[in-house]
Amino acid sequence: MIALPDPWLGPTEWQAVRLSMRVAFWATLLSLPFGVLTAYALARWRFPGRQVLNGLVHLPLILPPVVTGYLLLIAFGRRGPVGQVLESWFGIVLSFRWTGAALAAAVMSFPLMVRAIRLSIEAVDPRLEAAAATLGARPIWVFLTVTLPLALPGIVAGAILAFAKAVGEFGATITFVSNIPGQTQTIPSAIHALLQVPGGEDAAGRLVVIAVLIAMAALALSEFLGRRVARRVAGA
Amino acid sequence: MTLSVRLRHALPGFDLDIDFQVPPGLTVLFGPSGAGKTTVMNAVAGLLRPDEGRVALGDQVLTDTRTGLHLPPHRRRLGHVFQEGRLFPHLSVRRNLLYGRRFAPRGAKGPDLEQIVAMLGIGHLLERRPGALSGGERSRVALGRALLAGPRLILADEPLAALDEARKAEILPFFERLRDEGSIPILYVTHSVAEMRRLATTVVAIEGGRVTRTGPPPPADEAQDFEALWQALGPALAERLRDAPDGRLRLPLAGRQVTIGLDPPADRGMAQDPRLR
Repeated sequence: MIALPDPWLGPTEWQAVRLSMRVAFWATLLSLPFGVLTAYALARWRFPGRQVLNGLVHLPLILPPVVTGYLLLIAFGRRGPVGQVLESWFGIVLSFRWTGAALAAAVMSFPLMVRAIRLSIEAVDPRLEAAAATLGARPIWVFLTVTLPLALPGIVAGAILAFAKAVGEFGATITFVSNIPGQTQTIPSAIHALLQVPGGEDAAGRLVVIAVLIAMAALALSEFLGRRVARRVAGA
Repeated sequence: MTLSVRLRHALPGFDLDIDFQVPPGLTVLFGPSGAGKTTVMNAVAGLLRPDEGRVALGDQVLTDTRTGLHLPPHRRRLGHVFQEGRLFPHLSVRRNLLYGRRFAPRGAKGPDLEQIVAMLGIGHLLERRPGALSGGERSRVALGRALLAGPRLILADEPLAALDEARKAEILPFFERLRDEGSIPILYVTHSVAEMRRLATTVVAIEGGRVTRTGPPPPADEAQDFEALWQALGPALAERLRDAPDGRLRLPLAGRQVTIGLDPPADRGMAQDPRLR
């Protein structure tokens, strides 16, 4: 046997990569509408409890991830109040499934997503929205035809940022859905598991490289798309 | 169709308290900056809910604070032409122009695109984005966009204030034409005597939140002299008027002896509406 590290990923490592992508993809896609709505509400509406909502959204950023994961387990576990309803009404089980990993990733990346989108909505000139209203557009149309397209660069950036964060989520995920290879073992949990066993360093190193590449690709894509969309929106 | 406006609204520094009518034709809401003109426009457009008052177009009530009625802007069908144009930067000129079209009620008969494009001479701009337009082009598109929404009234809020003299001369004829067609009443805000004199069929002068004069525009020479005099010497004259024992100043102007008085009377202590006599 030659002592050179094997450059190729083994089947369980590939599984972890694929699972991470799937988890991050669905986490981002499904939280995006809520992210836009929350960001819009925080940016444009003045309502009682606005600060409470703002705090709630930011909570996963401040809480220890393990605590967030544990709270998810309490609420969305099979015996938790929400988990019970989901299972008996819709047959959806989240705990110890990849879907639960997606929920944990979504919750953890939500603050980053909302923050980016909120900033871009706040940057949309309300006078343009007023102009649309005087032309006969109902508020929902003003939102869809003026606010949303003008905020698009920030929405794209927020979604990609959330995706990158979702790929890397560890603490809440491992607490909520554990670390089952092929089920809930994402890249970070696989790295963690590999480092626990002797001789796992090579495989862990390969996953680390993958994680770095994904993060950098997300960043580059976000820059690229953001600039493209911004150019289109600025309309020169 | 006549627009009637009665408003009372607290503004920083003073209270707006006005009552006027906009008959068919072009009514110029005339007054210095900070007189409350834009507030009036926003209240008519439904963008601002006044503390107290009633706005009605013909027999349709748009706002009545006594009954709590306040029609939102998108249900008023008033064409608002803003000073800065406010074109949508992410849409082509064509899509800006047609923006209001899809929201107009089916029965509403507005002008069609070709007609407006021809009148405003913007055919070559249709596929461009607003970012690539000059100030004058932007103003024309903004006017066209408001007209194409099929409005029942045009609200023009200092539509020329951001333009230089050459561009102003380019846009003014379009407002004259709209006025002379007479199909929609126009409420036009300006602090320029030249625009007021050229466009107005009715003048509503406001200052400090009060209507100081309504009626036809003043005769040409008087207005011209007044403009020159007021723009050059306004603040100084106001000062001297306050100090004048009988509230009158007699000055030689353009080869004539001109008397300037205060209206309302001098005991209010402020030159509300210095007027030539």
